[in-house]
Amino acid sequence: MNAEAVGRAVRRIAREVLDRARDAGAKESLAFVGVRRGGVHLAERLRDEIGRATGAVPPMGTLDIALYRDDLAQRGVAPVVGPTDIRFPLEGRIIVLADDVLYTGRTVRAALDELVDFGRPRQVWLAVLVDRGGRELPIAADFVGARLTVPEDEDVQVRWREEGAAEDAVVVRARRRP
Amino acid sequence: MSSALVGTLVIQGGRVIDPANGVDGIRTVVLRDGRVAEVGERVDAPRDARVIDAKGRWVTPGFVDLHVHLREPGQEYKETVQTGARAAAAGGFTAICAMPNTLPPNDNASVTELVLARAAAAGAARVYPIGCITRGRKGEDLAEYGELRAAGCVAVSDDGSPVGSSALMRRALEYARAFALPVAVHEEDLQLVGKGVMNEGAAATRLGLQGNPVQAEEVMVLRDIALADLTGGRLHICHISSAGSVRAVREAKRRGLAVTAEASPHHLSLSDGDLVASDYDTDFKMNPPLRSAADVRAVQEGLADGTIDAIATDHAPHAVEDKKVEFDAAANGILGLETAFPVVLDLCRRGVLTERRMVEALTAGACRCFGLPGGTLSPGAPADVAVLDPAREWVVDPHALYSRSRNTPWKGRRLAGRATHTIVGGRVVHEDGGAR
Amino acid sequence: MIGRHRHLIGLEGLSREEILQVLDLATSMKEVLSRPVKKVPSLRGKTVVNLFFESSTRTRSSFEIAAKVLSADALNWTSTGSSVSKGETLLDTAKNLEAMRPDVLVVRHAASGAPNFLARHVGCAVVSAGDGAHEHPTQGLLDCFTLRERLGTLEGRTVVIVGDISHSRVARSDLHSMTKLGARVRLCGPPTMIPKGVEELGATVHHDLRGAVDGADAVVMLRIQHERIGDPLIPNTREYSKYWGLNARKAAEWLKPSAVILHPGPINRGVELSSDVADGPHSVILDQVQNGVAVRMAILYLLAGGAPEGARTEKV
Repeated sequence: MNAEAVGRAVRRIAREVLDRARDAGAKESLAFVGVRRGGVHLAERLRDEIGRATGAVPPMGTLDIALYRDDLAQRGVAPVVGPTDIRFPLEGRIIVLADDVLYTGRTVRAALDELVDFGRPRQVWLAVLVDRGGRELPIAADFVGARLTVPEDEDVQVRWREEGAAEDAVVVRARRRP
Repeated sequence: MSSALVGTLVIQGGRVIDPANGVDGIRTVVLRDGRVAEVGERVDAPRDARVIDAKGRWVTPGFVDLHVHLREPGQEYKETVQTGARAAAAGGFTAICAMPNTLPPNDNASVTELVLARAAAAGAARVYPIGCITRGRKGEDLAEYGELRAAGCVAVSDDGSPVGSSALMRRALEYARAFALPVAVHEEDLQLVGKGVMNEGAAATRLGLQGNPVQAEEVMVLRDIALADLTGGRLHICHISSAGSVRAVREAKRRGLAVTAEASPHHLSLSDGDLVASDYDTDFKMNPPLRSAADVRAVQEGLADGTIDAIATDHAPHAVEDKKVEFDAAANGILGLETAFPVVLDLCRRGVLTERRMVEALTAGACRCFGLPGGTLSPGAPADVAVLDPAREWVVDPHALYSRSRNTPWKGRRLAGRATHTIVGGRVVHEDGGAR
Repeated sequence: MIGRHRHLIGLEGLSREEILQVLDLATSMKEVLSRPVKKVPSLRGKTVVNLFFESSTRTRSSFEIAAKVLSADALNWTSTGSSVSKGETLLDTAKNLEAMRPDVLVVRHAASGAPNFLARHVGCAVVSAGDGAHEHPTQGLLDCFTLRERLGTLEGRTVVIVGDISHSRVARSDLHSMTKLGARVRLCGPPTMIPKGVEELGATVHHDLRGAVDGADAVVMLRIQHERIGDPLIPNTREYSKYWGLNARKAAEWLKPSAVILHPGPINRGVELSSDVADGPHSVILDQVQNGVAVRMAILYLLAGGAPEGARTEKV
């Protein structure tokens, strides 16, 4: 996907989120939580889109799932832990959890476990930029930017302008052997 | 194991180093009936003689160690007279002096006789017992020097402990004169040492271990030299470790006092920096402790210039349970008999010491301190000889030593220098073909 | 692992980067302590054993809380009333505990080098909670963390450590870590309490408190032991307090307004610190306690989280 396609996808997801929130009569209860790192940029853009559309900017937090990973025992080195920052109560809110790539579903599982340790949201919706299949857990996204079929030995990476890329892009390349 | 009958033994082709007689060159040594028969350049071997080919090797008087802990009676689990005498022979030593801090301590004839009997049965290196300065090593009353001398002691020492009372030390030096016994002293001011477990200084500060300053040794050395002056007694400073102590002994000799001194291979080669590098290895813990690099240099210089008369190992075996504990709790002491030659030879390689001086400090120099026979290859001298290969490399395997214990800081190190034959009274008591 | 280190036995052997890695991680751990649910599942199923041969409620509790927040199981084993008083050796005690498969052994012992000794003989990770006068690495780290939080950075700052340096493991750990992070460290105390050769570790020595704290950004006050039988370093605590203790007047007149005061605890109120200073505006002593849990969480996470060898290719 090129930058234009990414932009279109983000706008479309924002519209779908807003529509569903309106149908549920819960437009004011929306809040975004981005899963570090890629999900944070998606969450910010969605939040900004909805802010533009409604005139009210929903609150946003970031979540680092390192402490909730299910594979700590198998890893050689403990994964680096980044900052988690959620400053609003979750009660009564519809939390839109955002991540850039949905693959095995383990990251989302960890994010959900961490999220509920902060409080009890009214509902949690999942928005992803790319769903590449290959699920290992029964997790499904509510909002998907693009579906890609990608071979097992290849990686999907999202390059974000916010992280220094010249322009947004979704790239697929062979996984580097460790 | 072969031990030739006391007939004729000829050692051919080796470099004979006999400092007492000023000999350093290729010679043939003939031993007959337990004594040195002749040492010459062109000597024919009698037909019934056993011949040892010493080409490429050294032939020296057997080494004499003034300071060995044999642990028998009382702590045979660490070492016995037999295992210690055997370990000595493996190191090229034909005579060792046994310190009296046994259980019970050697402050009477029966313990002395026990040690001598065990040594005779062992049939390896000769053992000369050292008796206590004070009864029970308690530092209160004099032991019976007459009885000890008659039983076979060659010196008195409370080694392991200092004699705290200056008055008592004075009396010991005076009384010992009657029996021509040197008083060998373990110098430390126990109050200054306090709970110190290593040399006080930057290394101890880094490790967070309590320090034992060099001055704890020096104040006692200075005290005892002054008492030697007062009494005319023969004073021998054991395991000298600090620059200040060496200076004091040098000055005492210049003034003509009867003071002698010994230094150990470890105080000649290891410093407290090596202890830091070892990561709290208790095989680097002994008393006196490893000192600073400057002290090590001063001890080396003292040995080279004759201030220090002898090299003595202070061989101190300890069992695993006494050493495999946290540093503070570990016993003081390391093995020394089987590693002494290569460790000191390394000093010669580094130019710190001449080979001749090294041999002298292990032979005639040592004998002079206690008035012991031997230490030379003069005709008529006891046939105590060491044949050494200075180039033979070997890796120190603590489990393969003749000693019953394993506490050596040179474990796993590759050393160069090994005794190939050790001969006591004309009998080969140790032979090493190089299979180890 | 912390860098290449499987154990945390001292700060002298850590690099500046490794120390910063721990401090950055501790920041995230501190955030967990501010959540409504103070628990994360990272060390679930792991066991942390506190092996304390010296009594210490605070440090032990701090490690215990740290383990529990990370969902690890914590087991406390203190020496009084146990097999050690029956003469069991340190090694036997540790080997017996190791048979119960702990992931981390936290050890406090009166003998310097005891954690080094244990690390050579057990298979699990070893964390020193203080050994003799050698080091107290988690205390050093939490002191650095506290100072970094309050001063922004340690680079170019002046830190003064006051007290019985010769017997202080906290002083050594602080000295090693703070100099690596760029601080200038001054040591202050009567000459009897300054160990030989300490300048070689990178500090300057002062005997006058006023001169020592002049321009200082932080002052670490150490606890003075009341008696040291057989080897008195000071005539009494009254004289010590007069010349090397901090009270409100000295703090007001001698310290920069922005200077902070630390103490590893427990405080001898009235000896090294008066109550009004211990509870006053310069004091960050309570921060130290909270930061201690965060730092110990970071250490346990790094040493207990993860298999000893190899990493799988990750998929998310």
